[in-house]
Amino acid sequence: MSLGKLGYYNPDKPMENRITDIGPPHYYVMFPPVIKKNYGKWLYHEIVETGIIKRVSETGDTIWVIRCGAPRFMSVEHVREICDIADKYCDGYVRFTTRNAIEFIVTSEDKMKALRDDLMSRKHVGGSYKFPIGGTGAGITGIVHTQGWIHCHTPATDASGMVKSVADDLFEYFRDMKLPAKLRVSMACCLNMCGAVHCSDIAMLGYHRKPPIVDDEWIDKLCELPLVVAACPTGAVSLGKTESGLPTVKIKKDRCMFCGNCYTMCQCTPLADKEGDGVVILAGGKISNRISPPKFSKVVVPYLPNEPPRWPSVVKTVRQIVEAYARDARKYERLGDWAERIGWERFFEKTGLPFTEKSIDDYRLAYDTYRTTTQFKYTEHAWAVSKAVGGI
Amino acid sequence: MTAEELAKVAEEAIKYRKEELGVKTEVKYEEVRIYTDEELKNYTDEDIKAFKCKHDIPDLLELEKGPWPSFVSDAIREAVHRRNLPDDKVLMAKDCVEDLLGQLQLSYIDKETHWKHGGIVGVFGYGGGVIGRYSDAQEKFPGIWAFHTLRINQPASKFYTTDYLRALCDIWEYRGSGLMNVHGSTGDIVCLGTVTEQLEPMFFDLTHDLGVDLGGSGSNLRTPSCCMGKALCEFAMFDTQDMCYELTMHYQDELHRPAFPYKFKFKFDGCPNCCVASIARADMSYIGTWRDEIRIDQEAVRAYVAGEIPPNAGAHAGREWGKFDIQREVIDLCPSKCMEWDGKVLKIDNKECVRCMHCINVMPRALRVGEDTGISILFGAKAPILEGAQMSLLTIPFMKSERPYDNVKELVDKVWEWWMEEGKNRERLGELIQRFSLQKFLEVIGVPPMPQMIKEPRSNPYVFWKEEEVPGGWERTIEEYRKRHPR
Repeated sequence: MSLGKLGYYNPDKPMENRITDIGPPHYYVMFPPVIKKNYGKWLYHEIVETGIIKRVSETGDTIWVIRCGAPRFMSVEHVREICDIADKYCDGYVRFTTRNAIEFIVTSEDKMKALRDDLMSRKHVGGSYKFPIGGTGAGITGIVHTQGWIHCHTPATDASGMVKSVADDLFEYFRDMKLPAKLRVSMACCLNMCGAVHCSDIAMLGYHRKPPIVDDEWIDKLCELPLVVAACPTGAVSLGKTESGLPTVKIKKDRCMFCGNCYTMCQCTPLADKEGDGVVILAGGKISNRISPPKFSKVVVPYLPNEPPRWPSVVKTVRQIVEAYARDARKYERLGDWAERIGWERFFEKTGLPFTEKSIDDYRLAYDTYRTTTQFKYTEHAWAVSKAVGGI
Repeated sequence: MTAEELAKVAEEAIKYRKEELGVKTEVKYEEVRIYTDEELKNYTDEDIKAFKCKHDIPDLLELEKGPWPSFVSDAIREAVHRRNLPDDKVLMAKDCVEDLLGQLQLSYIDKETHWKHGGIVGVFGYGGGVIGRYSDAQEKFPGIWAFHTLRINQPASKFYTTDYLRALCDIWEYRGSGLMNVHGSTGDIVCLGTVTEQLEPMFFDLTHDLGVDLGGSGSNLRTPSCCMGKALCEFAMFDTQDMCYELTMHYQDELHRPAFPYKFKFKFDGCPNCCVASIARADMSYIGTWRDEIRIDQEAVRAYVAGEIPPNAGAHAGREWGKFDIQREVIDLCPSKCMEWDGKVLKIDNKECVRCMHCINVMPRALRVGEDTGISILFGAKAPILEGAQMSLLTIPFMKSERPYDNVKELVDKVWEWWMEEGKNRERLGELIQRFSLQKFLEVIGVPPMPQMIKEPRSNPYVFWKEEEVPGGWERTIEEYRKRHPR
């Protein structure tokens, strides 16, 4: 073990004993023996109850994988408790999934039952579950998310708080498999999207709505001005001079689409704002190639306000979409497939979400998303247009 | 690879790590632990109940309620634990977790972040893996005035021994905040919060005691990641862990020393179900596929039809969907309509199959992926910043993927050479392909065009013909033209 402020590091000889370019530990060391033995030999799996997957190998071995939800932000104390559990039931092995779930693997049904009961009995002093079991099959998994206000410099909202609020509300769908198909909910706190929220069944995305403020006094000292200009995808940023003659940039405010790329390049063009920032809701994306090709999520609600700590408007809107989908979609139909089958006009009708001009694309290749057929369904949206031109 | 082949490959790779790289390949917690048992178990539930954070955090306490695991409750537990640790057993501010909660509460009031922009810090010789972070409210929250991030490269598929995790926990609690993301979106364990002077000691501990390196950040190869693959899943069609590990090791220089126009991601999905979202997130997506026939166990198909086995591995058990109807649930949903069921035998016209996985997902005990397996390679996915979101485009339909993956590495090198030559600052590969054309990209990687690369042929005739493609070339004189067509 290394103790003391510097540990193994000697600042006088920084290259001494330096190890570099070694990559990650070899995965094989981390495999439990039963995984080593049955690698590539799995025959089939079966979800025996929500969150518990039985996997059967051609060697005759059977394992039970118990999947628990987790906030991806966790302390070493939480990880140590995971280790205590893995030591007690799983011979000291554990794994995590891409969607931040914890998976405990056991080799007998008795152990599975004991572990299951143990996990569900563990609660934080504050009352929430520590290791809720679920997230399999036709339900929702944990909501993957980004840093938000907790540790990022560009967010338009918080991630952990919003996700906790939505996950609390959708908990029944995590603990059960009563949806038509799996439903993936994801969250990113700005459109840099540290995560694949752009292909999720439901995505919550932090977004700015006020153009950058230019820190005229400092921008030329701290940033490369041509880079800031080049960073803007709509050409809204140009070189300019302050009143006192300092080099700076000018923003054509009506051309700003609030992407924040200039701020990523330069700290002197901040966008964050209490009233400006909020949340976009997108729906209907997927990454799997099953039945239909992968699809992007579409903007169905262009803006909801930031309402910490519980984001009630976001929670309500997400639930509205989930419930309409759960009521109406066919077995195996992902949210986007459902919306396409019934038509997006019906999607807005059935979810009760208002359709606004902001769901109509006006960025690049927008025309590709316009409908160029006489095939449509009559909804209130359609009658409103007919009335507007005196057609009825 | 079979389990037996994998064991041999692993043995060699581990030997290489030990002997050539000179690193620890197996972590024994007892050898590297920093805290005693007493120090670890230094608080009770009563202490947590009695805890009063040094800042007022009413909005965060609201987030302790509800069933989903509360990150606030967890952070409070860590705060209590840190308070009770001996002063010489934490090198980062003892109350940094409380200050973090305080600053988050302030953001909940201000509805704006209080983290400053950037700050270039790192470890010697690397250009990535560490992200600088400073509070803009340092007077109020001195414990997090600097709160840098370290990305720790995860083992493939995120399997861990508890020895390894406990050792990491001790090191990170000692030299950092004890807070982390398990895991970050790209795949690393993300350690959140330490000061600049602890970066090098932390890096030495990681490499010496855990045998692990930093992950990628900035304009470099980001930490590659893969699905659970053959370790747990019957659908996996190539060795996702091994390929992920091998390519990560082969491209260590590109991972640690940013020399690219922007980030570049590899992701490895064992089958078209795409559990790691390679098709949405990776500049180069590797997705397992097969080219022979779906294996059918007709008896098991009949068992599904008879209701003896729950369809879709029991995924719909939470609702009454009625009796399983193979015609409606499988045959009619097949996207290429290549299946038939006559009441006794299931037939699949395999050459028309597009391998979407639906029938296999619904009847995993009756249908299995083929045996002649490999990978499809797709290029160019990215999130919307900047030109709009793009998904990876199907470029290589099928390729054998076998150690040492030289065919794949050759392809990677060609792509990078072009992108590094032509790519603009912050231009992802997909955007470069868009700017130049798919045709140009195919020329770069040296493959012919195929209709599988497009959804449909172009509807405009604006072809950029090349001079050499037109008989007689482009050089003409107006005099010759006028001889035929007087003015």
